[in-house]
Amino acid sequence: MTNEKPLLSMKGIQKDFLGNRVLEDINLDLAQGEILGLVGENGAGKTTLMNILFGMPVIQQTGGYKGTIALDGEEVRFSNPNAALMAGIGMVHQEFFLIPDFSATENIFLNREVTRYSLLVEIFGDRLRTLDKAAMNERVVQVIKELGVNINPDTLVSEMPVSYKQFTEIAREIDRAKIKILVVDEPTAVLTETEAEALLAVLKRLAAKGVGIIFISHRLHEILNICDRIVVLRDGKLIKDISSGQSDVKSIASWMVGHEIGDFAFHHTENHRKTENFLSIDHLKVLMPGEAVKDLCLQVHEGEILGIGGLAGQGKLGIANGIMGLFPAEGSVTLKGKSLKLNSPLDAFRAGMAFISEDRRGIGLLLTQSIGLNIAFPLMQVKGGLLKKIAGLFTWEDKKKIREITSSYIERLDIKCTGPDQSVMELSGGNQQKVCVAKVLALSPQILFASEPTRGIDIGAKHLVLSVLREINEKEGTTIIMTSSELGELRSICDRIAIVNEGKIAGILPAEAPVEDFGLLMLGE
Amino acid sequence: MKPKYSLKGALISNLVPIVFLMFAAFAVPMSGLSIPYLLHEMISRLARDSLLVLSLVIPVLAGMGLNFGMVLGAMAGQIGMVLVVDWGLGGMPALLVAALLGTPISIGLGYFCGYILNLAKGREMVTSYIIGFFMNGAYQFLLLYCMGSIIPITNPELLLSRGYGIRNSMDLPNIRQVLDRLVSVEVFGMDIPILTFAVIAVFCLLIVWFKTTKIGQDMRAVGRNRAVANGAGIPVEKTRILAIIISTLIACYGQIVSLQNLGTINTYNSHEQVGIFSIAALLVGGATAENASIANVFVGVFLFHLMFVVSPMAGKNLIGDAQLGEYFRVFVSYGIIAVSLLLHAWKKRHEMLERRLLENDGKE
Repeated sequence: MTNEKPLLSMKGIQKDFLGNRVLEDINLDLAQGEILGLVGENGAGKTTLMNILFGMPVIQQTGGYKGTIALDGEEVRFSNPNAALMAGIGMVHQEFFLIPDFSATENIFLNREVTRYSLLVEIFGDRLRTLDKAAMNERVVQVIKELGVNINPDTLVSEMPVSYKQFTEIAREIDRAKIKILVVDEPTAVLTETEAEALLAVLKRLAAKGVGIIFISHRLHEILNICDRIVVLRDGKLIKDISSGQSDVKSIASWMVGHEIGDFAFHHTENHRKTENFLSIDHLKVLMPGEAVKDLCLQVHEGEILGIGGLAGQGKLGIANGIMGLFPAEGSVTLKGKSLKLNSPLDAFRAGMAFISEDRRGIGLLLTQSIGLNIAFPLMQVKGGLLKKIAGLFTWEDKKKIREITSSYIERLDIKCTGPDQSVMELSGGNQQKVCVAKVLALSPQILFASEPTRGIDIGAKHLVLSVLREINEKEGTTIIMTSSELGELRSICDRIAIVNEGKIAGILPAEAPVEDFGLLMLGE
Repeated sequence: MKPKYSLKGALISNLVPIVFLMFAAFAVPMSGLSIPYLLHEMISRLARDSLLVLSLVIPVLAGMGLNFGMVLGAMAGQIGMVLVVDWGLGGMPALLVAALLGTPISIGLGYFCGYILNLAKGREMVTSYIIGFFMNGAYQFLLLYCMGSIIPITNPELLLSRGYGIRNSMDLPNIRQVLDRLVSVEVFGMDIPILTFAVIAVFCLLIVWFKTTKIGQDMRAVGRNRAVANGAGIPVEKTRILAIIISTLIACYGQIVSLQNLGTINTYNSHEQVGIFSIAALLVGGATAENASIANVFVGVFLFHLMFVVSPMAGKNLIGDAQLGEYFRVFVSYGIIAVSLLLHAWKKRHEMLERRLLENDGKE
């Protein structure tokens, strides 16, 4: 299948985001008619690599990239996605780039409509050309036939099954004049098995016609099934470039996840009391867009640190958000035999739970308010603490006590600020996160949900946040349920780790379990 | 997809006109007004207001909701009319010159309005409402102070006694119903203004044709999903501005047609209620902030004005107090906007929840 001259050749690609190296010396070739599988964990650099290929504005805005891209042997450097499209590179988005109320034809031809001349063009310009529906429908029928599927051109996208939407996207890409390369980003994630099979067949047919395909997926058996070659990225580096015949699911999983354990290997203590039925989550459903939880069951022991891992979009973040009442949830959650009222944040707090949100700036903090108020607010609201009565009638915030408490947390967590009255907005990300931690510490919760507590903060703050979590777990016996996309971090601090896949628990392993096992669970293998 | 709900769905989506039709069926006999009289009134009012209401259709197509910015077009039309009266023009030439004068003003105002609405995406309705208020100030400044002082007004009868500023109201003796009467047919003793309806029909056809052009398709795409349209390379902001300009222009001509039908200008009031009444009429016709058709325009104008004519008399005959009917009329015109917006918001939330549920189930 391979030609001497590669269709696409990326050489020495390097990209920094604000001083963070996200891609390092990536060399990648794609031959005509070849299907290349691109795999890697979230944040491994797949998206950035594709953004570079497409000349997405975000790349230029952050300082461009180093290295060269050659298409058909000629060096190219696209300054915008349109230029990439013109050069024959198409992309099928993971989230559908379709207008639901438009028909298949209208979507396929969006802004590329076949038009006819009308007299008013002379006065008002080309946008007054009239649409030639018949010609468009004819071409759509042809393209759809090429794909080997059966879609009525007049069907509204909103009335199509998911796979048809996917086909519509592909049809749009291949209808462009001279498609050479098609990038498909997790196309099967939303499809049922039979739909996925049909899609893979379509991709194979396209490849047979000479189109080079870059196939991004987390479903390794699909990758092995249709790809000629597999490239594994991890932490911005190209780890493996291997023909699919020479690899298997297990080795790909271990290349993806890697063997390094995070820098903060804590000593695992076995001091937690393994009370059964401490917190039990039964058939939990959470309607969190992009992180939906579907029928999830989980038992949490008292005094443990339970890690929740999994790939983005599989629902790991939905668990804490659902239980804490931030997104609509169904199912039952019982704490020490008492059933918890769902969809009510206040009840969740009153039951002794607290939450460090992954959305620090949106949900975690009152950005324009002082550090003091941020730390004191939940305490005042939930427990009525830090309040004093004036003349036995009015409750007033106790400013003096708030300052005292805040100062103690500033010292304990090493929050770099000018004092308790500084507004949280002015702090760095790491220090903001420390305020979030102080806020939940002040509540001294029985159960603490920590969602991505170290995301986007520097190494020092990371270490401090993790040690504080460990400390309250050991000293105060707080049960912690920590969600993170960094497996290394989870393994360094947790007792057990539950992996979420497609909204359900795929399995629970002790933190010491081999890294490939986690990788396999994440991929739902 | 969901045949089970289709009857219920059809009822819900046409709920507003159905309610009004039922109400009219009750109020018409109560009012004691004769059917020929009502028919005559309706024809006259359809000729008067349809074009104004029609101006709202294009912005809805472009996803900009119900555009109160049409008031700007009405102002432009009125400025044209004032100048034409001052210059002593009459008959059809007067209307044409007024339209010619109003055109650049409405394009300018429409561009301004569209530009601001681009800064307030998703809150177009309230923003355009406030722009209407704001521009009303500019309009008053222009007519109350500039005309007769900076802008020469030769006809002293138009001016306030202090020497500058236009009078509160003016008659249009040479313009009154010139368009309506130029070509009209008498049917059962009613004058039917054929030419006016022809003008309205031409604009309807233009809108229908417009929808089949590239720009019309772009507008629909922008209205349905800005992000996708933008991703496909459609100039979203330009398209939105264009939608508002077209709306402002049609409103300008609509106001001119409406004024010639009435035969008088309430210099400082005529344009003000045009926005509320037109939007209420469109909503009564079954349109929403996201969907409006030409049929909605005519059904709406008909039902809204039927209520307008009938309810004071019905109130008088029912309770012996015409005032009550008047109250009802005002209550209805504002209430209907509130109720349809509420219904709309409720429907949208309902749909969103359903979609999320579907997503959840679909992925399993």
